[in-house]
Amino acid sequence: MPNALNISQLKKSYGSLEALKGISFCVQQGDFFALLGPNGAGKSTTIGIISSLVNKSSGSVEIFGYDIQRQKNIAKKHIGLVPQEFNFSIFEQVMQIVVNQAGYYGIPRKVAVPRAEELLNKLGLWEKRSSVARTLSGGMKRKLMIVRALLHNPQLLILDEPTAGVDVETRREMWDFLTQLNTQGTTIILTTHYLEEAEQLCKNIAIIDHGEIIQNTSMKKLLAQLDHESFIIDTRDEINELQEVEGYSLQKIDNNTIRLDLHKDQNLNNVIAKLSEQDIQIKSMRNKANRLEELFIRLTKK
Amino acid sequence: MNAHEQFIAFYTILRKEIARFMRIWTQTLLPAVISITLYFIIFGAFIGSQIKPIKGFSYMQFVVPGFIMMAVIQNTYGNVVSSFFGTKFQKSVEELLVSPTPSYVIILGYCCGGMLRGLLIAFLVTATSLIFEPLTIFHPLTTVVFVILTAFLFSLIGLTNAIFAQKFDDINIIPTFVLTPLIYLGGVFYSIELLPNFWQKVSLFNPVLYMVNGFRYGFLGVSDIEVWFALTMLVVFIVIFFVINLIFITRGVGLKS
Repeated sequence: MPNALNISQLKKSYGSLEALKGISFCVQQGDFFALLGPNGAGKSTTIGIISSLVNKSSGSVEIFGYDIQRQKNIAKKHIGLVPQEFNFSIFEQVMQIVVNQAGYYGIPRKVAVPRAEELLNKLGLWEKRSSVARTLSGGMKRKLMIVRALLHNPQLLILDEPTAGVDVETRREMWDFLTQLNTQGTTIILTTHYLEEAEQLCKNIAIIDHGEIIQNTSMKKLLAQLDHESFIIDTRDEINELQEVEGYSLQKIDNNTIRLDLHKDQNLNNVIAKLSEQDIQIKSMRNKANRLEELFIRLTKK
Repeated sequence: MNAHEQFIAFYTILRKEIARFMRIWTQTLLPAVISITLYFIIFGAFIGSQIKPIKGFSYMQFVVPGFIMMAVIQNTYGNVVSSFFGTKFQKSVEELLVSPTPSYVIILGYCCGGMLRGLLIAFLVTATSLIFEPLTIFHPLTTVVFVILTAFLFSLIGLTNAIFAQKFDDINIIPTFVLTPLIYLGGVFYSIELLPNFWQKVSLFNPVLYMVNGFRYGFLGVSDIEVWFALTMLVVFIVIFFVINLIFITRGVGLKS
């Protein structure tokens, strides 16, 4: 069974700027894969090359075993792209945009219209089918691009920051939809700046920085690299004085809040017990920052 | 993509193009009719009545084919250049670039859209001309062949312009500084026989001259140029611009980074 995506020694230069310095990675069929990196790292260039919007300088890209240069038409049929920027005609109606896209893949209208209806319904856009695209909200425009990308039933869906500027409710809706799609067998590649999103959705991950892959592993293994976590503890009563607990880093932030830095070898139960001995009752506790976010910052700062 | 799928892709682009120019008909159809009507009134009726016959036809009869061809050239070119540049500007051209639609289907889709607008304008302008002059067509097939091929050629040239254009100014430069002089000096208003010998020879380098004369031959049976030669030139230009566009779109010139 070929990989959904095979990238080998991929390079891209814009004049003297080397945007991609010979990156290689693969995505297995059925994966939910995160491609992360800071702004300007080369994520969108990589996606642009995969989806034929950017010409590569050298290297190879294969989609389900089909080379994007030598077998481009069949390779293109396997890909659905949700780009970072809105790229539909703002003067056209939602239904027209979606059905036209199907036409570019050679799908007749009588097939495309019911499929569009199904997808627009699933993503809550059916009521807006006759609206002109420019009148849609930001979240709806993002959903429209997802519907458009799925109309030809691609086996590989590439989403470049699909939830940028989207409200929490819409984002959760999109997550559910994408998870369901992945469960049904669609391979998904996601780039996002919301690392919580990547952590929650993705099984495998590649981190790209300055045009190079600096990490390519499973989400589980990557998160296991995290050697400490920071927690914020909210106390039930006000604390007058916080006594030191040997071996643990505790810091009083205000009268009801404590910060705890915990090494991965340390035991959380011990700290809770020690705080209890000081008569501090814990009301709630949460991660100070997303775990992946902490790792990401550390990795890309090197 | 098999032939049927390619036809669906072609028809999708064509349908979209027709919907676009029909949606904004006050910008795409009406102005041509109004401006050509003014040409008929001023050059045909007012000034034309003072000009002696050319090649045995009244000035009005002589200029009608030229005016129709001028409208066709301007509108086919304008349609494709503005529509394709619009898709580049809004990035919706990416919808096509990510799809398996072959480059030649993209070219044919946009050019046939431009041609349809041009032919619709030709029909409207011809209908308007009937108010001023009864219609005589000497050779209908020649008339139809020339108007279709000319519309196709200027659609192709419009597409080339749109591919290279980076900003809105770029889609106005060619029509203003190249197309308009070529049309005005291409025998729309006069026969090149009226020019001094040197300028007659210079005029032969103007491709519009061949189209206007071929079309005029279809209407009146008179031409400054041998019709077969004019037709050959037209076909050669079409092949050249089709190949240029094919190479550019396939390589992503002006479309991909």
